[in-house]
Amino acid sequence: MSILVVEHLTKKFGSFTALDGVNMELKEGEVYGFIGPNGAGKSTTIRILLGIIKATSGSAKIFGKDVWKDAVEIHKRVAYVPGDVHLWPNLTGGEVIDILLKMNGKYDKKKRDRFIELFDFDPTKKCRAYSKGNRQKVALIAAFASDADLFIFDEPTTGLDPLMETYFRQSVLEAKQEGKTVLFSSHILSEVEKLCDRVGIIRQGKIIETGSLDELRYITRSNFTVKTRETLSGLDELEGVYHIEEKDGEYSFQVDSEKIDAVIRHISQFGVVKLESSPPTLEDLFLRHYERVGKQEAGDA
Amino acid sequence: MYGKYMKRTGLIFTLLVKQLRWKLFVWLFAITGINVLVASFYPSLYKDVASRLAASMTMENPAMIAMLGPGYETEAYLASPGPFFANEMLLFTAIAAAIMNILLVSQSTRGDEEAGRLEIVQARSVGKVAYTNAVMIIIFGANVLLSLLIGIGIGLLQIEGMDWQSTMLFGSVLGLTGLVFGAMTLVIAQLVESARSVTMFSLMVLILSYLIRAIGDVNYEWLSYASPLGWTVRTKVFADDDWLPVIVLSVLTVFFGLLALYLHAKRDIGSGYFTPRKGRSHASKLLLTPFGFHLWMQKTNIAAWTLAIFVLSWSMGFVMGDMESYWQDIELIEQFLAADMQAEMTEQFITLIIAIMTLIGTIPVAMTVLHLKGEEMRGFMENMFSRATSRHRVLANYVLLSIFVSLLMQTALAVGFWSGCVAVLEEPMTFLTTLKAAFVYLPAMWLFSGIAVWLYGWFPKLTPLVWLYLSYGFFVMYLGNLLDMPLWLRNISVFEHVAKIPLEEVKVFPLAIIVIIAFLFFLFGFYHFRKRDLFG
Ligand SMILES: Nc1ncnc2c1ncn2[C@@H]1O[C@H](COP(=O)(O)OP(=O)(O)OP(=O)(O)O)[C@@H](O)[C@H]1O
Ligand SMILES: [Mg+2]
Repeated sequence: MSILVVEHLTKKFGSFTALDGVNMELKEGEVYGFIGPNGAGKSTTIRILLGIIKATSGSAKIFGKDVWKDAVEIHKRVAYVPGDVHLWPNLTGGEVIDILLKMNGKYDKKKRDRFIELFDFDPTKKCRAYSKGNRQKVALIAAFASDADLFIFDEPTTGLDPLMETYFRQSVLEAKQEGKTVLFSSHILSEVEKLCDRVGIIRQGKIIETGSLDELRYITRSNFTVKTRETLSGLDELEGVYHIEEKDGEYSFQVDSEKIDAVIRHISQFGVVKLESSPPTLEDLFLRHYERVGKQEAGDA
Repeated sequence: MYGKYMKRTGLIFTLLVKQLRWKLFVWLFAITGINVLVASFYPSLYKDVASRLAASMTMENPAMIAMLGPGYETEAYLASPGPFFANEMLLFTAIAAAIMNILLVSQSTRGDEEAGRLEIVQARSVGKVAYTNAVMIIIFGANVLLSLLIGIGIGLLQIEGMDWQSTMLFGSVLGLTGLVFGAMTLVIAQLVESARSVTMFSLMVLILSYLIRAIGDVNYEWLSYASPLGWTVRTKVFADDDWLPVIVLSVLTVFFGLLALYLHAKRDIGSGYFTPRKGRSHASKLLLTPFGFHLWMQKTNIAAWTLAIFVLSWSMGFVMGDMESYWQDIELIEQFLAADMQAEMTEQFITLIIAIMTLIGTIPVAMTVLHLKGEEMRGFMENMFSRATSRHRVLANYVLLSIFVSLLMQTALAVGFWSGCVAVLEEPMTFLTTLKAAFVYLPAMWLFSGIAVWLYGWFPKLTPLVWLYLSYGFFVMYLGNLLDMPLWLRNISVFEHVAKIPLEEVKVFPLAIIVIIAFLFFLFGFYHFRKRDLFG
């Protein structure tokens, strides 16, 4: 069953088109990663989904209801964590958490306390005194402790330290196990990879790729850095190897995901001293995407 | 040494001017425009000796003194229309100048600090007090400009008895009153943490200064010297032209300015001098109800305004006692006026006082609604509207709260004024009549919250128009008669359609119309608010 369906969503700010025909679909129980560079339109999409701003055209439905008209009804089952958390400076974190939870009706006090403990959060300070990460924790606790079916996170980990990030991931997976659906935006491909079943990549207001990470593998290349005992040769003759660079006997290059096996076999003949591989970055993904689109267009012509 | 603290003041100055230029322009234009406009009427106002004599007697009335400051010698009144002009315009213009300074300073100090703008500037190679310093220069420039504009503007009219010497003094004392309150706001900005509290506290100081001056002017002159506004009204401008108050106000400004710089250099960004206490870990029952939440968020504002209205009204009631003895003192009037005429004049003052207090009380009524705009701009509403809270419900709670505030203000007015009267009068108005006189204004106040809701819901940038309309109401009430404004122009102000109890009988029809119009504004506001994008 689809929890969230977005079709041809367009948003204009004056003459500027922030979103240009965005399509998106989230199935029940899946974790969907929404990635794109700064200013791509992630937050704009999310704010439309929350009924905070109105789409210029297109449709967006959550639980089969219109996100603008039925916002309040929808929000009873939605929990949201914004990228920039702004809190009332003269209330304490604990008070804000209670108020936010109460806005959706009844809430589970034990669950609230459990998450306060998990995120190691002091609820007695006034919000003006919290650090960025701590403000984010307020929103996260209020989200995880509520009884929602859809979680929407807009770059939720930007202010969290690595330990808290782990707890965040743990909480997301927990929610997923309970059959909850999660939409979350990020710039960081590796973060999305760890959590998401599927991703959508947005750039300049357009979704340029969607699919499961495995499906997207074919456009991803891993980065390798290799040092061998004997001089490494014949790399440039292998298929699917790009951008080879040599420095002090160390080779770095990119490999198509489906060609990794062949490449490793080849390298191992030379006695590997050091082998590092890193996942593709968002930038690599875009480069690859445009290379592909460019080729296709050349082919079509 | 000092260079280190002041570094890059010039750059920040240009930055701030860019931010503030429109506001500055509107304020300076409005204040100067109104003064020059009103002054231009004066040559035709008090032409003959009889009218000057009559008007001068009004000015000696304690209620007038409490409201406008001390009068002049009768000879001065007879000599030129200048003293009348000073009586009628000086103090209220000075208050407008003070409000301008308070708002500008609190916005460009704590306002910028809260929004994090100060932090990114301070992280660059700029002096520790450069920002405060730049604000000071702007405020100084703005007030000098105000002094010159008013002084030259009125001077150019070439009114008999209002020569350059005097008009420049008139302008200067206005500019300096503005400066004193600007510098004072700068001090307060170092002490408390949010722009809203800075504005709040500074306005309270302004009201307190007014009050101290009122009591001082009527009964204990020495008390007036403790208030900056007491000095403001003591220049005898257009008669003896005493520059001493200008000097005193300058010294006061320099003192506050240095104090602000000193406090600023000592404190951390984002902090005040009062350290926050540990708070509750759970929200109270009240906070968890929507109405309770909004009430809680605005409680300080509401309490402060209630207190201010109460104290102001009480002291005005108290002045009514002096008024009674004033009638008895002046045999001349006894001869001219029949007893019921006397009573009518007293009642006229009562209605004037209630009307002005109502105008002041309308400020918090509209502010209660506009609080929501501040919340939206600061990104707090995103927390609410992403939850199962509808926009209509939030707005409805704000409307409810603003109606509650209107009731509170009028009750404070009635109770304050009545208890002030009871303390000094033998036959005061009954409490019920006083309450009625105050409550009859409620629909008019609701119209203001209606307009605020409509503007906010439709196009939040235009909300300052509420203040324009309120100022217009004040202008009409205060000067409408004097300037002989045409009726249709006066009728634009809603307050003109409210019966002045105890002078007039309550008319239900106009009140009903006002309620309906207010309701329509609410309706439009709700309709548009549902349709627009939220800022945050
Ligand atoms: N209220 C607005 N008025 C005008 N333009 C806007 C408004 N809000 C967003 N935009 C523009 O729309 C585009 C998309 O912005 P959005 O905030 O959705 O980006 P984002 O993908 O969330 O970026 P980031 O990763 O930096 O958070 C940007 O170019 C932004 O400048
Ligand atoms: Mg964003």
